[in-house]
Amino acid sequence: MTREDFVGYAVPALTLGLGLCAWEGVVRYFAIPPYLLPAPSVIISTLITDWPTLSSSLWVTLSITLKALLAAVVGSVTLAVIFAQSRLVERAFYPFAVALQVTPIVAIAPLLLIYLTPSVAVLVCAFLVAFFPLLANTTLGLSSADHNLMDLFQMYRATRFQQFMLLRLPAALPYFLAGLRISGGLALIGAIVAEIAAGSAGQGSGLAYRIVESGFRLNIPRMFAALLLISVAGITIHVLLTAFSHWLLHDWHESERGREA
Amino acid sequence: MTDYATLASQSGQAASKASAVSLVAFKSVDKVFANQVTALSGLDLEIRAGEFLALLGPSGCGKSTVLRLLSGLTGPTRGDIVWSCDRPEFGFVFQEPTLMPWSDVFHNVWLPLRLAGTSKEKARPRIEEALAQVGLSGFAKAYPRQLSGGMKMRVSIARALVTRPAVLLMDEPFAALDEITRLKLNDDLAALQASLNATVVFVTHSVFESVYLANRIVVMAARPGRAVAEIVVEAPGPRREGFRLSPHYAEACRRASSALHLAMGEAPPGERLE
Repeated sequence: MTREDFVGYAVPALTLGLGLCAWEGVVRYFAIPPYLLPAPSVIISTLITDWPTLSSSLWVTLSITLKALLAAVVGSVTLAVIFAQSRLVERAFYPFAVALQVTPIVAIAPLLLIYLTPSVAVLVCAFLVAFFPLLANTTLGLSSADHNLMDLFQMYRATRFQQFMLLRLPAALPYFLAGLRISGGLALIGAIVAEIAAGSAGQGSGLAYRIVESGFRLNIPRMFAALLLISVAGITIHVLLTAFSHWLLHDWHESERGREA
Repeated sequence: MTDYATLASQSGQAASKASAVSLVAFKSVDKVFANQVTALSGLDLEIRAGEFLALLGPSGCGKSTVLRLLSGLTGPTRGDIVWSCDRPEFGFVFQEPTLMPWSDVFHNVWLPLRLAGTSKEKARPRIEEALAQVGLSGFAKAYPRQLSGGMKMRVSIARALVTRPAVLLMDEPFAALDEITRLKLNDDLAALQASLNATVVFVTHSVFESVYLANRIVVMAARPGRAVAEIVVEAPGPRREGFRLSPHYAEACRRASSALHLAMGEAPPGERLE
């Protein structure tokens, strides 16, 4: 690790640590009761004591997020490939995709809850939010291949399939991955929002429900603990998708080029 | 119909490149684009087997359209393009290197053979040969972004050569390069053409480049695009650095330059002073 790297990690860690210390200090100095503002140490101890409940909720939320993201990837890539075959098909279906995207998810959730069981409704909500950025990006990517390269393929009498596999698909990859990073975060947000709207109780309830429930019981430390887990989940998804994107693109894409000093 | 090889050997027996056998002829070709812009109007142009033909002219004179018509990417609006042999194999070099950034040099050069169904292993000797021809042996595993502008252009030329094309179409291939790289690539292309027995059609804005490389220069004028002058370049020996210093070179540059000025509707530079 170079000195620059060390400073690059140490400085944010230090400010984060100082912020937490200040928080802890203020709560202790003014003796703020935990039902108003819990100290970080109380949040951590709540996280440990309530871990059995919280971890099962975390698992529920994560599995909904990942299933929704996977369904969004499969659905959007399939639809984008169909769009790429014909302008007419793209025009015919695009209004539906846009209408679903711009309608706020909180407004659709109650309707979905009437038609579907709560767990399926939450999954569908998360899917809908994650779907559109992937579709828009992949569709754009598939039509973004270099025109001279398209000419070259035509000149060498490439079949439609060859042109698609060797040119349009790889050209679309960076766009797809940008969409994936956006959708990864959105799938989690969609799952949380839908859970809050659904308010489903019992065994299969996720982190958002834990927050609502703890709020009713004025168990503020547990609200913070659940919130912390959601943040960590979001950060983890972002970091994993960024690493995945880097792994696929680092050989060739301009976005991965390190600046020469 | 004969094939290109027969034609080229007949052409080789002719007294000079300028009296060689016709390969393809444009007969009063018009090309009007969908947006009603007339790219070419009444173009008559003969391309001879084995020659190095430069198309010289200002922007908008339809030079690139001639290449697109030759390659069959588009057809003429009116007139005929008559080939003297079966349609030959083409190689194409664009102004930009036009490489696939996600593929390394080997896979980029493999592309034309791959599209024709040649496996990687079967294509390997041809790819190595093409890379050697452009002086890039040992760079097979490099990605385009690791290469300089000149090297990328060499990869682009290797890709055009890998099918051993009879006709090489080059659309201002060195226009985006710096002067030093450009001169070096000019030298290498001249040496390569001498060894290849291919017909080259080379589009350029540059008088000096066209004279240095070509056996024959066709000067084109814009709006509408048409051929206005033809200049035969006599070279005493092979095209090497020394050719740039010879009186033949200076004389051909003067003639090409004044034809270009006339094509652009100006007085030739020499006469303007008087």
